[in-house]
Amino acid sequence: MSTGLQFSRRRFLQVLAGTAGALVVGVGYADAEVPIPPAMLGDDFGRLGAYVRIDRDGNVLIGARDPDTGTGTATALPRIIAEELDADWTRVTVVPLGLGVEAKNGKPVWTYGHQRSGTGDSIPAAWADLRQAGALARWLITQAAARRLGIAADRLRCEAGMVVTPDGRRFPYGSLVEAAGKIDPPNAPLPLKPPQRYTLIGRPAGDVDARNIVTGQTRYALDAHYADALVAVLAQCPWPDGSLASIETAPALAIKGVVKVMPINPETDVAPGETAIAPAVAVLAENTWAALRGLAELKLEWKPGAHSAEQDSGKLEAQALALLDTDSAPTTRIRDEGDLKAASRKAARRVEATYVQPWLAHATPEPMNCLVRLDKDQATLVVPTQAPKQAWSVVQRLTGLAPDRIAIEVPRVGGGYGRRLDHDYVAEAVMLAKAVDKPVRLMWTREQGLTHDYYRSGTVHKIKAIIGRKRTLIGWDQRMASASALTGRGVAADRLWTSEVAADQLPAGLVPAYRNDWYSLASGMPRGPFRGEPHVTNAFAVESFIDEIAHTLRENPLDTRLRLLGKPRQLALPGGGMLDVGRLLNVLKLVTDRIEWKNWLHNVNGMGVACWHIDGAYVAHAIEAAVHGEKLEIVRVVCAVDVGRVINPLGLQGQVAGATLDALSNALNPAITFRNGQVQQQGFKDYPLASMAQLPNDVEVILVPNDRAPTGASFLAMPTAAPALANAVFRASAVRVRRLPMMKELLRLL
Amino acid sequence: MQQAQAQGLPPATTGDITPEPVREGIDLIVNGERFRHTGDPLMPLLWYLRDVLRLTGTKLGDAHGEDGYDLVLVNGKAVSAIKRPMAKLVGARVTTVEGLAHADGSLHPLQQAFIDEDAIGCGYCTPGWLIAGIDLLTRKPKPTDEDIDKLPNRCRCGVQTRVRRAIKRAAGVKA
Repeated sequence: MSTGLQFSRRRFLQVLAGTAGALVVGVGYADAEVPIPPAMLGDDFGRLGAYVRIDRDGNVLIGARDPDTGTGTATALPRIIAEELDADWTRVTVVPLGLGVEAKNGKPVWTYGHQRSGTGDSIPAAWADLRQAGALARWLITQAAARRLGIAADRLRCEAGMVVTPDGRRFPYGSLVEAAGKIDPPNAPLPLKPPQRYTLIGRPAGDVDARNIVTGQTRYALDAHYADALVAVLAQCPWPDGSLASIETAPALAIKGVVKVMPINPETDVAPGETAIAPAVAVLAENTWAALRGLAELKLEWKPGAHSAEQDSGKLEAQALALLDTDSAPTTRIRDEGDLKAASRKAARRVEATYVQPWLAHATPEPMNCLVRLDKDQATLVVPTQAPKQAWSVVQRLTGLAPDRIAIEVPRVGGGYGRRLDHDYVAEAVMLAKAVDKPVRLMWTREQGLTHDYYRSGTVHKIKAIIGRKRTLIGWDQRMASASALTGRGVAADRLWTSEVAADQLPAGLVPAYRNDWYSLASGMPRGPFRGEPHVTNAFAVESFIDEIAHTLRENPLDTRLRLLGKPRQLALPGGGMLDVGRLLNVLKLVTDRIEWKNWLHNVNGMGVACWHIDGAYVAHAIEAAVHGEKLEIVRVVCAVDVGRVINPLGLQGQVAGATLDALSNALNPAITFRNGQVQQQGFKDYPLASMAQLPNDVEVILVPNDRAPTGASFLAMPTAAPALANAVFRASAVRVRRLPMMKELLRLL
Repeated sequence: MQQAQAQGLPPATTGDITPEPVREGIDLIVNGERFRHTGDPLMPLLWYLRDVLRLTGTKLGDAHGEDGYDLVLVNGKAVSAIKRPMAKLVGARVTTVEGLAHADGSLHPLQQAFIDEDAIGCGYCTPGWLIAGIDLLTRKPKPTDEDIDKLPNRCRCGVQTRVRRAIKRAAGVKA
């Protein structure tokens, strides 16, 4: 897992300003002058240049460096700083930090360290370095108080924005900031608070943006505008490798307000996600309505590319099924422990099953969009991104500007789910702004997000289990076929599997003879990172299959799992990694106790369970479901997670409930299919996210109290929801769903 | 003018200033303020709100306005702003998410309930949920789970269970 310290130059915290009546603590460099942005010194909070600013009136500004796509970083990260600062949370204002970039010998230097969201590393990175920012500010203020009062600093304590003396006198931080700013910070890292003194970490906090969101005041990138910007909308080629056959622009240009019609094309030899996703024709107009009317008037024809006709999701699936049925060598043998042949000779029973999961689109709520202003030696952008540094590199490549002449603002983002780790829409907006010499606000429609996405690949899993005497699982032979999300992204062929399989995923380390093979499918359809992958597809296959083993053995599937997991222990996995079996057993126990699993056999509804682990975090779901005729009712959902220390329990509950519902929604209805290289789903009628009625009325979330270092949790609850539901459906209806989307398959089988 | 007369002042002289001809347009009330739209009558309300009035709380959803992102109240009922052309809004009273709170800043009970129940994911779909929820509470002050099931809104962050609780909290019914 990456941390915030991804660069070689030594970073340290320093006082950026202390003379203008405010104490500003930020990140500096051992060998660089850090310019203080004027905004940090005045009243303009628009561009916060550091993490913490304390004003004389006691107000505290804390910067949130990772984009908040709904994962709660804008609340959790500042609270980590505020905790070490002993700030009064009611006096804290959180400011989203844009991209922090300075130039050093023509190269970018990332002044805020980690700036990425939705990849599970925001909280661990913040835990590693942001606590020091708060600790330094508190240390300086305490030193200032010590000097003024003539009391040794170690006899003073801090509490909710006050320095408190041994005899109970209280001095607000604001009264000390001017003096604090003149004190030299120490060279060594400061000691951090012992957890028993925490007043913010571990306590629930509502979203810092909540009030602005419910009053419609929060500005997303789509809501940003420059008065002189042109609105750009696109007609996109339905084939990623296709091209424009003919175009008639006159009727579009005749629309009042339409300024220009121009084609844009993906650059050749540029990785997916860094250039336009497909050829397109842009209509640029003075306002959105004129642009959309112009788009409707555009007469154009596209022609397929060389490989378009070959792209067919049905054929690809057939290919995958055939591939896994032969004994052809896998692309990568990810794990091969023990002796499957020897195990096979001891087989008392064998179980085999194949699971098929469809291609999926990200379906982000906020459409792809980007606002860009290009001046002679400056680019200014507002971008809905999960990875501002990657957005920066796209802009830098297309403009050739100096690193620090590219300003990227990242307001709250209307959902990411991995889609906004790619920046094709940024490339498109910059290409257009260069061509028209005016600021451009590019806006896709939501439907275009379905037809032009970096999809999650469809997958096929074929698993064989060998069961020895005494119902012991002695062999596990797993094959998976998928089109790697890393194809074309500069990753070596023997590493393409890393986006498709987690090497330590269950049941690695738990079965004496265990093999996990990955087969690469060739597809020209764009693919990319997707929330919760590769865990979601793998957990569906593995955790469904464990239930199938239980069924073969005619036993309670919880017993099968308990026998597979064995005693609580630290299990070192061959080839690296550690599985804390005790923590996994614990979440499994918590959900099965809560749902009253003891009624599993006689319950009128079906119950299902599943468990998983991701990078040292543990999750289990227990679900109760009923099948009434053709209707599936999800009666009850319980989820337990163990993520290490919980920064914000309210935020975590929201993430867990949200990821559960998202995973159920993805499993119930939608699928992307393509024929002749064209995606067949043109709108949300064909790609239905779950309705309120399909989803459970409640998700009961259980958090495991824990003092280990915190892990990321934004997608932890994704993988186990769908298999727990499939297992409950089997119990309720005797129908085993081995193919998603679930509703379609259920209707076929019932 | 009436005020001037009431104070006994002579009526303001028009002199040789020619009054501007009254511009033809569509009069409507948005969040309590009067506006006149003089542009294309076929322009959907969504773009009038977002581009002309710069009220950006109402979001772009799907083209057919079926997933609830672009809901506003027109004469008290939830309608899709992208499906409603300005021509059909003559004299209409439109309320967007920006107009739900009271002038003194105090929130509508459902807005407060969304905060209290943490019924927010990325927040992009929140304005639509609020409008749909207020429309429901107006029709059925004590909605059942089946009533809530009928809300059209779609969300990928998974706020549905928390929205359900928020609506029940605002309605004062048991969760």
